[in-house]
Order: sequence, then structure tokens, then C-alpha cells
Amino acid sequence: MIPYCKIDHVAKTFKRGNIESNVLKDITLDVAEGEYVSIIGHSGCGKSTLLNIVAGLVPATEGGVLLEGRFVDEPGPDRAVVFQNHSLLPWLTVYDNVRLAVDKVFSGSKSRAERHEWTMHNLGLVQMTHAKDKRPAEISGGMKQRVGIARALAMEPKVLLLDEPFGALDALTRAHLQDSVMALHQKLGNTVMMITHDVDEAVLLSDRIVMMTNGPSAHIGEILDVPLPRPRKRLELAGNATYLKCRQRVLEFLYERHRFVEAA
Amino acid sequence: MNIPLKSEVMAAASPPIQAVASEPVVVVLPSKRLGLKTKLIDAGTATVARVVPPLIVIAVVMAVWELICRQAGSTLPPPSKLLRDTRELIFDPFFDRGGIDKGLFWHLSASLQRVAMGYAMAAVAGVALGTLVGQSMWAMRGLDPIFQVLRTVPPLAWLPLSLAAFRQGQPAAIFVIFITAIWPIIINTAVGIRNIPQDYRNVAAVLRLNPFEFFVKIMVPSAAPYIFTGLRIGIGLSWLAIVAAEMLIGGVGIGFFIWDAWNSSHISEIILALIYVGLVGFVLDRMVAGVASIVTRGTAAN
Repeated sequence: MIPYCKIDHVAKTFKRGNIESNVLKDITLDVAEGEYVSIIGHSGCGKSTLLNIVAGLVPATEGGVLLEGRFVDEPGPDRAVVFQNHSLLPWLTVYDNVRLAVDKVFSGSKSRAERHEWTMHNLGLVQMTHAKDKRPAEISGGMKQRVGIARALAMEPKVLLLDEPFGALDALTRAHLQDSVMALHQKLGNTVMMITHDVDEAVLLSDRIVMMTNGPSAHIGEILDVPLPRPRKRLELAGNATYLKCRQRVLEFLYERHRFVEAA
Repeated sequence: MNIPLKSEVMAAASPPIQAVASEPVVVVLPSKRLGLKTKLIDAGTATVARVVPPLIVIAVVMAVWELICRQAGSTLPPPSKLLRDTRELIFDPFFDRGGIDKGLFWHLSASLQRVAMGYAMAAVAGVALGTLVGQSMWAMRGLDPIFQVLRTVPPLAWLPLSLAAFRQGQPAAIFVIFITAIWPIIINTAVGIRNIPQDYRNVAAVLRLNPFEFFVKIMVPSAAPYIFTGLRIGIGLSWLAIVAAEMLIGGVGIGFFIWDAWNSSHISEIILALIYVGLVGFVLDRMVAGVASIVTRGTAAN
């Protein structure tokens, strides 16, 4: 059977003049439809590069990405990205930021009224309809990220790519937004690939956690299944044995690798 | 010395803290609602604060000028004589006795028309070329050195060449305005385009915006603050250049008016014209700045 999304023997080498640096080596990963996969690793391990390769924003040096068996090597709305720093266009209102994506993706298939409906629907999913006429500078960081998520969801992507989406937020806002993303995943059943460096976030949200070794030539060190039933509740999980075990495994992996770097 | 002082302070400080903790006091904050009268007074005070200092400075400058130029043998007229000499020009800017004997309105209007044409062409061509240079590495490598050399050529140095090419004063002057204003517009636009954050380019890539959509929806708004910096410098330079160019090409225009006044030894008229040139230049600059603040609303803030 063809996997829904397949990262097939991807390697990435950056060249600057005569200096070559091998960032990623032989990354192979199958993601099933509706699955929530997190990629975790220390900073500089190339996990963002991997996400950019999947998004098509950065070309792979070797290997490639297959989406529903089809080779993808350039960016497109079927792999919508929620960027770490929200990347909303500051001169457009919240509504227009989402509407731009909707207009572009559904220009042929939806009427004007339908596109308006769909924009409002997606703003509603992230509870941002109240701020639709505000500009990004007028709303908080958490709200901006919500709009970023709404914009990505509005493209009806086959795979939703989240690049450390909560990294720039304070702890409380982050928890709140994680719950929102979890609820949206439950409701819409999106296939999600998320980059993170937060162990709790990875365990709480993911079906599987892909742990990357340190660079250069980073590769997949270990893949951990998180067999926790959904819907998951943050508070109930705090003392859950499976949760703690998964968390322990990821911490051990990162801690071991980290020590390895220090020794080297 | 230190030790008793410290204990004194502590002894003095601790009882009030306890008192506050044990007896909370409700304080009624004064209402923040201001009456119309207070608002008007506030606005009035702000206006006075802005208008009065320049008025005082102008009055002082006038007084000094009057004192210095009043003496016998002074080469320049004092303000009182200036006012007497130019009364007609000030109070009737619209007279037209044919030829170049026209009111100041007509001279300024002729100059402004030339600037408008040259500047508009410079704005369009400048933004287009700036976009090309900012977007394409090869265009930058090829064109930037040429731009860097040409932009240092003084505006008036272009005039003889321009006259040779166009054979007429009017298009020659417009070309001088064009060539003067275009460089800051090109250079600032290019910088603005080069500084478009990678994030916006990524968004455009994910949305698969075509080049035209990318230009209209991402490039122009993102680079707008830079573009308008160039446009503001450009309008200032245009106005500088037109006066000099008109002195040489003749005909109707504020530059020629000044030159003509000099040839007729009407020094008062020169001073009056300078004041008008300054005021018009100021208004032009404010106009571009005003458009900029409307267009770039929200762009700078992120």
C-alpha cells in the first residue's frame, strides 16, 4: 500500500563556496492519513530544514517527498505551513490574511460568497472572528498564531506543517493553543507534521514522535509511538503512567544525545 | 554612623507597612471623564505650543534683518521695503500681461507642471527599475555600478545634453527633473525589495502567487516604506533642480522669474520668490509624506 505521505531517503547538503555541510542524511518516514507526527531534536539538528523540504521551500539534495504517491518538489497549498513567527502580512487585516489564501486556493471552485463563508468558518475554528478587522500588529502573539493556523487550515491541506508553532509564545498561551490544535485535529482529522523542541508538547499532541540525532548529518534516531487514547486531557495525563513513560523515553534520548555532543 | 542610621530607617519604615496590611483603605479615584471644555483647552494649549515658538523666531529674525538692512548703503532690502516693493506680486498672483510678465501663481504653476511630469515618469520608471535590481541578482550586478556613477552627476550637467537631444526647453527641463529624481527612487526601491522578509516570500510560495500577484500583494506593500523614502527624496531633488534648470531655459517658471528679477535688479522680488519656493517645496514634501503614511499604514509595524 502507498503511504499517505512519504519522506523517501532525503538528504540535504548546503554548499557555500567550497565548504559543504551535510545537514540531513537518509531520512525516511511514512506518515499515515490523519496522523499527528512530531519531529523533535536539539536546535540546529536540521528539523526545520526537513519541514521546509516537505513544504517544498527548500529542495532536497537527495531523495524526495511523495504525497499520495505523487512526487512533490515545490511549495503548494496542499502542504500548508504554520510558520514559527506567524508570517502574517502586516498590511492586511486578519480577515484579509485568511481571505488571500482562500481566494488563491478556491478561486475556481468557490463563489465569492462561499469564499467569504469559508474564511469566516476558518476564523471561527480558531475563535478569531471577533478580531477579523484588526491588523496583526493590534493582536497578541497567541492570536497571530491562531490566525496563522486558520490561514493554513483554510487551504484544506493534505498535510498541515507546523514549524515550532508555539515556540514564541508564553507558557499559558502555549498550553491554550496546544489544546486548540488538539481539538482541531480531533474535529477535522488533519494529517499533521509538527516540529518542536518541547518534550511535553510532543507527547501531549502526537501519535508518533520522531527523534532526530544531532547534526551534522542528522538522521532519525528513534521513533516512539504514543499509545494514549484521544481526546487527551492535559490535567489527567499529568499522572498517567504511559504519558510519563513516553516523556521519559524522549528525555532520555535527547539527554543521551546531548551528552554525546559534549563528549565530542 | 551607618548602623544606627539603618536601624532608624527600618524602625521608621516598618510600622506603616503593618498599618497598611491590617487596614485596607478604599481610595476613590477621580473620574477620568473630561468635559468638552477641558478638551478644547487641551487642544488649544497644544496648538499654541506648536505655533508660538516659530512665530517668535520669525519675529526675531525679521527684527534683526530690518535693523541690519535699514542702514544706508545696505545691499539687500529690509522686510519693510520688501513688502512695499512686492505688494502687487503678493496680493495679485493671478495677473497675466502676456509673455513672461505674469503673476507668481503662473510661474509656480508652470514649474509645478514640469516637476509633476518629470517626477511622475521618474516614480514609475524608478519603482520598475528598482524592483528589477532588487529582485534579480544579475540585474543588480549589471545595473548597479552604472546607477552608482550616474547618480552622482549633478542635475544641471544633464541640461546641455538634454537640450541637444530635445531641441526645446520644456522637454529638456522635464528630462532634468526625471533624471534627478529617479536615482533615489531606484536605489530605495531596490533596498526595499531586497529586504522583503523571507517569511513573506515563503507565504507567497505556499500560496503559489504568480509574479503579478506577488508584485502587487507582497512586494509593493512590503517595500512601500522604502519606496516612499525614495519618493520623498526624489520630490525634494526635483524641486531643487527645476529652479536651476529654469534659470537656464527661460520662459515661464519660478526659476526664470528669479533670474529675470536679478537681471532687473528687483532684489525684493527674488526674496519673495525664494520664500514661495521654500513653501512650495515644503508642501510637496508634506504631500508625499502624507500619501506615504496612508499607504504604509500597518506595514512598518509588525
